[in-house]
Amino acid sequence: MQAGTLSTFLKRGAIWGFIVLELIFFTVAGEFLSLSETAFMDAGNMLLLFKQSAPIGIIAMGMTIVMINGNIDLSVGAIYALCAVVLLDSMTWPMLAGLGDAAIPLAWALALLTGVALGALNGLIVWKTGVDAFIVTLGSMLGYRGLVFMYNGEQPTSHLNWTLVDFAEAQFLGLHTATWFLLVVTAAIWFLMNKTVHGRNAYAIGDNREAAVNAGIRVGPHMMINFMIIGFLAALSAVVFYSESGSVNPNDGELYELWVITAVVLGGTKLTGGAGSIVSTFGGVVAIQLLRKGLAHIGADTSTVNLVIGLILIAVLFLDRQLNVKGKEELKI
Amino acid sequence: MTDQTPALRLEGIVKTFPGVRALDGVSFSVMPGEVHALMGENGAGKSTLMKVLGGIHQPDEGRIIVNEVPVVMSGPLEAKAKGIVFIHQELSLAEELTVAENIYLGELPRKRFGLVDWHKLDAMTNVILKKLKVGFDAKTRVGDLSIANQQMVEIARALTVDAKAVIFDEPTASLTDAEKSVLFDVIADLQKAGVGIIYISHRMEEIFKITDRISVLRDGQYRGTLDTAETSEEEVTQLMIGRTLDLSRSASRHELGDVALEVRGLCCKPLFEDISFEVRAGEVLGFYGLVGAGRTEIAETLFGLRDPSAGQILLGGEEVRIQSPADAIARGISLVPEDRKGQGLILGMNCRDNMTLPQVDDLTAGPFVAEGSEVAIFDQYRDKLDIRTPGWKQLVGNLSGGNQQKIVIGKWLSMHPQVLIVDEPTRGIDVGSKSEIHNLIRDLAAQGYAVLVISSEMPEVLHVSDRIVAMYSGRIMRTFTAGEVTEDNLIQAISGIGGATAA
Ligand SMILES: Nc1ncnc2c1ncn2[C@@H]1O[C@H](COP(=O)(O)OP(=O)(O)OP(=O)(O)O)[C@@H](O)[C@H]1O
Ligand SMILES: [Mg+2]
Repeated sequence: MQAGTLSTFLKRGAIWGFIVLELIFFTVAGEFLSLSETAFMDAGNMLLLFKQSAPIGIIAMGMTIVMINGNIDLSVGAIYALCAVVLLDSMTWPMLAGLGDAAIPLAWALALLTGVALGALNGLIVWKTGVDAFIVTLGSMLGYRGLVFMYNGEQPTSHLNWTLVDFAEAQFLGLHTATWFLLVVTAAIWFLMNKTVHGRNAYAIGDNREAAVNAGIRVGPHMMINFMIIGFLAALSAVVFYSESGSVNPNDGELYELWVITAVVLGGTKLTGGAGSIVSTFGGVVAIQLLRKGLAHIGADTSTVNLVIGLILIAVLFLDRQLNVKGKEELKI
Repeated sequence: MTDQTPALRLEGIVKTFPGVRALDGVSFSVMPGEVHALMGENGAGKSTLMKVLGGIHQPDEGRIIVNEVPVVMSGPLEAKAKGIVFIHQELSLAEELTVAENIYLGELPRKRFGLVDWHKLDAMTNVILKKLKVGFDAKTRVGDLSIANQQMVEIARALTVDAKAVIFDEPTASLTDAEKSVLFDVIADLQKAGVGIIYISHRMEEIFKITDRISVLRDGQYRGTLDTAETSEEEVTQLMIGRTLDLSRSASRHELGDVALEVRGLCCKPLFEDISFEVRAGEVLGFYGLVGAGRTEIAETLFGLRDPSAGQILLGGEEVRIQSPADAIARGISLVPEDRKGQGLILGMNCRDNMTLPQVDDLTAGPFVAEGSEVAIFDQYRDKLDIRTPGWKQLVGNLSGGNQQKIVIGKWLSMHPQVLIVDEPTRGIDVGSKSEIHNLIRDLAAQGYAVLVISSEMPEVLHVSDRIVAMYSGRIMRTFTAGEVTEDNLIQAISGIGGATAA
């Protein structure tokens, strides 16, 4: 994964260069266009930015490993919503409601378990049927979302627990709880992918599946583990977010899969598998959030934000392609 | 030849990659109508030089001169426009497309409204295919062809252009003898038409058979040009690797152990049937036959990649069912596959990680991979196999073809298997390393490993094997001991002459 060539460096560094550009642009543009008094790079503003990145960011870490492995998971938004429903609703069950605050860890565990189980189901189907992950998770995206609606119809599911809210809003060393979760998840997944056998094998499978099989790697279990991890992370993301908000709409998490994939791809992970970096995904997540926040800062509305992000995504992919095509030719002969 | 101007001239080419000076002031020229061999060890810079010529790499210094005019090759298309055509060392075909589409990719003949003229396309393609005497037609899907036939498609592609110079980068690595002689005819035709030909190969017999001059590279430097008619294999080898080779096989005989692997009546129709043989610890069993004789498929069955329809496999006297490669590896069987790029390597991974891939499970410290032990294993096999790379961090995709092959071999040797199967172990490997790999195979046998060697190169099987299984069209024709085998009776056996004789 290290080559030290100029093009790899560019590809690696591209996302950070992009972030610096954004910062400069919004700081300068903010001076002229912004209605608010505070500067864009205000410390409080930046801390908030990390907190707001967390829901997408935590899932994006899972998406990175699934994509490095050569798969994709479109069902994360639906898993996120379903786990949120389980989290909030379970606390109102008579069994748990009687326990007071002791119900919190149980509700968390239930939600996380749900995420793992849904992910495992995805993984199992991909493994055992050999159907493309895109198709399988397209199906489960619809299916899981259906379950969310079956649960409570069009109604939101709500339950506010003040202990939880306090926890979620706490700050430790200046960083919010959600930010800490994002950082810990990033570090954990980085270790998983760079230092463990599972990570090594996941890269190998994504790059050349046949060679991986020939090396005695059992492809199926590795894929399934990765789907379980992303299921877990989608649930974790829901747990972190809804502990604070206390209310979930059945549409929540819609299009999350696309935001997540956008962040991962911006970070340079290949859709075809075999290559990608956790740290760059972190960069991709921050870049998107900066863009959203920055455009809001200078007074653009949501539709403009989406348009700009769409354009940037295509521009980045085009750049990536140019760099990759060059790399390919160098290998070919 | 001397009074003509060269078709192509390279002057003082320098090309560096991070950590590697791949070309160090190389000059080289090809006359029209000449077959010019380019030789050198794995990693000497041959392919890089040709990539510079083909516009894929830009040289750091130096000039390219075509017909006495200096040119800048900005890319492969420009090289093609200047009449310089490539037959790549690694195949680059679109598997989902037909033979005809691949050959004329980018230049499909058109009708009105931009529709493709399929009739014309097929007709043009079939003309070329006829010249190459191949057994498939324009409409065949390339993915359905064997590697050898894909190579022929690649060659056919070069024949569509009005070429001034054609570069063959190890074209025969996966061709049968019959296909080779067709290729040599094609080269002779091109030569008659006044085309300059650059021919890269590690096979001395071919070089001496078809080339006029031989230029040698060593460690990125030009070492000289020899007239083929006036030189010898020893002289070329000396120039290439700085020493001569002792090709005689070490006379030391060792005792054979128990039967390590026995196969009885193994079938997997229509690929092979009724295969029976045994190999003892300490023995090298060669498998010789034409491409397509079913040797690779037998290896794949033993490695758990195919399910046999009948027959038994016995390891150390016990019958086993091998379910998967993981299973095979756990039982001490290793396979060095035939297609290193497709089946052996993770090109986007570094050298060390590729080498330790099958055993990384066992190289752990707590939950983490023990990178120190990995580096130790890599270093050990790098030295043993003389792998040329600036370091373990280099991506395998950036290594020269031969060095990639050595990584695959190192990967399996480091597993210390009971039974080692090697399929075309020295494809694309230079003479020096080839004899090292042969010695290594003999050493492994002496240490008590059972080794199966599949090869399409007769000198290789004859050299390394204790016994040789001759195969024809999915059946074993005869099993020879080292004493009774001769080139003639081996050729007879593998061409199906004389019918099956019991082993
Ligand atoms: N894209 C690249 N990046 C880094 N190093 C490279 C690259 N391409 C080639 N090299 C290095 O340049 C050297 C020359 O390689 P080259 O492929 O030209 O060898 P070769 O003579 O064709 O060998 P072989 O006989 O094995 O095909 C090798 O050390 C190789 O590792
Ligand atoms: Mg080469």
